[in-house]
Amino acid sequence: MPRESLTGSRIRERRVMRALKQANLAKQIGISASYLNLIEHNRRRIGGKLLLDIADVLGVEPQALTEGAEAALLGSLREAALAARLSDEDAARAEAFAGRFPGWAEALANGQRRIAMLERTVEMLSDRMAHDPHLAASMHELLTTAAAVRSTAEILADGDALEPEWQHRFHVNIDADSRRLANSAQALVDYLERGQQAQAGGQSPQEEVETYLEEHEYRFEPLEQGQDPARVDALIEGSASGLSEAAVFVLRGVLEQVAKDAMMLPLSALEAALDGDCPDPVALARQFAVPVAVVLRRLAALPVLGAGLVVCDRSGTVIFRKSIDGFSVPRFDTCCPLWPLFASLCAPGSVMYDRIGQLGRGQVQFDAYAATDLSQAPDYNAPALSRAVMLLLPAPAGDTSRPVRAVGATCRICPRTACIARREPSILAG
Amino acid sequence: MTKHVVLVEDETNIAEAIRFLLGREGWRVEMLANGSNAAEVIRAAMPDLVMLDVMLPGKTGFEILAELRGDPACSDIPVLMLTARGQARDRDQAMQAGVNRFMAKPFANDELLATVRELTAGRVS
Repeated sequence: MPRESLTGSRIRERRVMRALKQANLAKQIGISASYLNLIEHNRRRIGGKLLLDIADVLGVEPQALTEGAEAALLGSLREAALAARLSDEDAARAEAFAGRFPGWAEALANGQRRIAMLERTVEMLSDRMAHDPHLAASMHELLTTAAAVRSTAEILADGDALEPEWQHRFHVNIDADSRRLANSAQALVDYLERGQQAQAGGQSPQEEVETYLEEHEYRFEPLEQGQDPARVDALIEGSASGLSEAAVFVLRGVLEQVAKDAMMLPLSALEAALDGDCPDPVALARQFAVPVAVVLRRLAALPVLGAGLVVCDRSGTVIFRKSIDGFSVPRFDTCCPLWPLFASLCAPGSVMYDRIGQLGRGQVQFDAYAATDLSQAPDYNAPALSRAVMLLLPAPAGDTSRPVRAVGATCRICPRTACIARREPSILAG
Repeated sequence: MTKHVVLVEDETNIAEAIRFLLGREGWRVEMLANGSNAAEVIRAAMPDLVMLDVMLPGKTGFEILAELRGDPACSDIPVLMLTARGQARDRDQAMQAGVNRFMAKPFANDELLATVRELTAGRVS
C-alpha cells in the first residue's frame, strides 16, 4: 500500500494512543463517526483542512500523519516507553530523543517492533500448537511414523547380516511406513496450507463470518425493518454467496439474532437516545423495556461507539467476537476467567460492570459490561441455554475515577505471575 | 541370565524394531499393544525394564507409570518412556511421575540401546 494511503492508519494509531474515542474525534472535527471510520480504514482519502483539523486535535504536526516513517518511529518509541514503564514525563520526550539521536531512536524502535511481532507470533503459535487437536494429532502421527522408519532403516543399514526372514519383514515394514510417512506429511502440509488460506481469506466458518460482518460494518438495514425470516434468507442469498456452507450456518444464527434484537430495539431509536459517548446500558434497557443483553448487542453495532463484543455460550466457548484494538480474544485457546463475561455467565440476571485492561497490550482500558440471556425460546423442562454477552467500550481518556482490573487473554501467554485464576504456567514468565 | 523387558507400544513396526534390537542383545521382549492391563502384566512379570509409549489405547503411559510408582513392589523397576510428545511439559510431567528416562521419537537405535544398558546396569533377573 502506498505511504500516503496509510494516513488513515496513522490517524487511528495516534487516536488510540491518546485514548480518544472515534466518536469524540469525529465530533471535534465536525464529521460523522462513520466517515472517520472509513478514513481510519484508508477507505477515504484525506487532505486539506480536514487533515489539519485532525492533526490539531491529536496534538501532532500534519506531517506526522502523512509521513509514515516519523509517525511510525514515534509510535514505536512510545510503545517502548510504555513497556518499560517509563514515567509520563520521560515518555513525552520521545520526539526530542528521536531528534537528537535518530540512529539510536531507530534502533530502539526496530527492537520494539520486533518484540511486538515476536509476541504476536508466540501468541498465535502457542494458541495453535497447544490447542489445535488436529495439528497435535498430525504431528504425533508424523513423528511416530518417522520413528518407525528411522529404527527400521538403521537396522537394515547397519551392516550386520540379517536373517532373510527378518530382512524381508523389515523391508515390508519400511515400505509401508514410508508410504504412511508420505501420506502423513502431505496431510499435514494440506492442513497447514488450509490454515494459511484461512488466515489470508477467512476460511474457518467463524472467521468467514467475522470478515463478512466487518465488511457490512455490523449493520443490516433490511433487518431493522422488522423480524421476517424471509429478510434473513434474502440477505444471505444476496450477499453471502461466497461463504462456505458452515459459515452460512453460523451467519444465519447471527443475522436471526440481529433481526430479533432490531425488533425490540431499532438502531435508529438507540442512536436517538444516546447522550454523549458513554452510554449507560442499564438505563437504556429500562428506557426501552428490553433485556440488557439486547442493549449490549445493539450498542456494539453502532459505529459511533467503536465498541467490541464477545459472546459465549453456556460452556464458556466464545461463539461470537467483534474485535477491538487492545483486547485479544483467543481463537483456539481458553480465555481468561477474570473477564466480566464469565462472571455474568455464573450469575444469570446480574449485570456486570468493570473497567479492565489486558496485561501486555499497551494498557488500553475498557469499560466492560456483561449480561446474560437465553439463546432459545422458553419451553417446559428444557435446558436453560444461557449465553453471556460482554460489551467493551474504550474507557474515557484520562478518566481515573474507577480502578482498573488487570485481566489476561489466556494463561499461556499472560505475563501476570501472581494470579488466583492461573490454570497453567505462562511461557512468558520469568 | 536373560534380561526381561516389557514393551508397551501400540505402533507395531516400532515395537518390532525394538524387539529385534533388544533380542539381538539377548533380551527377552514381552510386547503389549494396549495400556489397559499393562500394570497387571508388569506386576506379574517383574521385568528388569519397562518401556512405555505415552499415547496408548486403554490407558496412557502416564497412568501406567503412576500405577507402578504407587505399588511398592514395582516402584524400583526402571521405566523408559518413548513418545512423540516430546514437549518440555510432557518431559516435566514424566519426570515428576517418576520416570527414569524420557526419549522423544524419533530416536537413534544406538541411543536407545545405550539408555537401556545404562538403566539396567547391575540388574539381573
